[in-house]
Amino acid sequence: MSCDKLFGSLGKSFGENIQHQSEFRGETTYTISASDLREIAKFCRDELSFDYLLDITSIDNFGEEPRFEIVYHLYSMPHAVTLRLKLKVSEDVGVVDTVSDIWPTANWHEREIYDMMGIKFDGHPDLRRILMWDGYPFFPLRKDFPLEGLPSEMPDVAFTKVTPMEGGPFVTVPSSATSKDREPRARPPEL
Amino acid sequence: MPETRSTAYDSKIEGNVILTRFDAALNWVRKNSLWPMPMGLACCAIELMATAASRFDIARFGAEVMRFSPRQCDVMIVAGTVTYKMALAVKRIYEQMPEPKWVIAMGACASTGGMYRSYATLQGIDQLIPVDVYISGCPPRPEALLAGLIKLQEKISTERSLRDQKPKLTEKLDDALA
Repeated sequence: MSCDKLFGSLGKSFGENIQHQSEFRGETTYTISASDLREIAKFCRDELSFDYLLDITSIDNFGEEPRFEIVYHLYSMPHAVTLRLKLKVSEDVGVVDTVSDIWPTANWHEREIYDMMGIKFDGHPDLRRILMWDGYPFFPLRKDFPLEGLPSEMPDVAFTKVTPMEGGPFVTVPSSATSKDREPRARPPEL
Repeated sequence: MPETRSTAYDSKIEGNVILTRFDAALNWVRKNSLWPMPMGLACCAIELMATAASRFDIARFGAEVMRFSPRQCDVMIVAGTVTYKMALAVKRIYEQMPEPKWVIAMGACASTGGMYRSYATLQGIDQLIPVDVYISGCPPRPEALLAGLIKLQEKISTERSLRDQKPKLTEKLDDALA
């Protein structure tokens, strides 16, 4: 089946549940609602043979409502077709259905999203932090968490301190000048 | 009554006897058999392995026995990024090492946190344990690690273990031999 047929049958079965569809440079993205996630995911895996979940990632649109966006990248090995599914979830809800029983690899991806963004996954068999330690009080990849970190203390487990930035973050400004000009000590806020 | 007394040493053996300070002998022994505790956390561990391998051969300098048990080690080589998650484990391993012990911070991440100025990386292992030698590099070449080890050996050769720990005995010996 070519990708047109694949996406055609997706559109036919879930036409009214797809909020938005876009295509860019051969990549198709469907925006769906969080309540339809499991149904569409099962359909993609079983009927359309999207048997490989490449990645789940999350985006923090700080200031927008709904705040978080979760992006699923699916791949069909028999047809060599990639599909992107996006859904939005607001901060007050903060919970999305898990797909870890559909694609087992989602287990750790969802744990990472929980650890870094604080979005919980309903039905996840083992939802706990994966990169930071259990009991760490913050969600580091949210936009309102500073790069240098916040102090925290868990005696005998771990501690964190604020990192001295010393005029950084040190970023490169594109130009063909010498490195002294390409790498100013800190990016001025208006750039 | 014989006029002379035969001594315990004869001239054949006297040539093989060296008289030196106890401290010098102790330092020589310690510095030439530094058994490393490889705290290989990240990429610097690869260079540590390369230094231990045949081409660069850290065994030439006595640091052959990379015991992964801290109870049997002299020097902890912290090779790699120390995250806050791992920091207290490194401290616990350091506390399990028996005295005398030294620490080499290998690479930028162990010395100062390296390129990772962020919420998750400890900005230098010297925030937790006392470091004797810092080796810069990302990762440092094996020759740089060997140079750091030699620098640590030079530092050990300046130690005053007996003189500091037994000052009264040292004074008595100095007076007796003076």
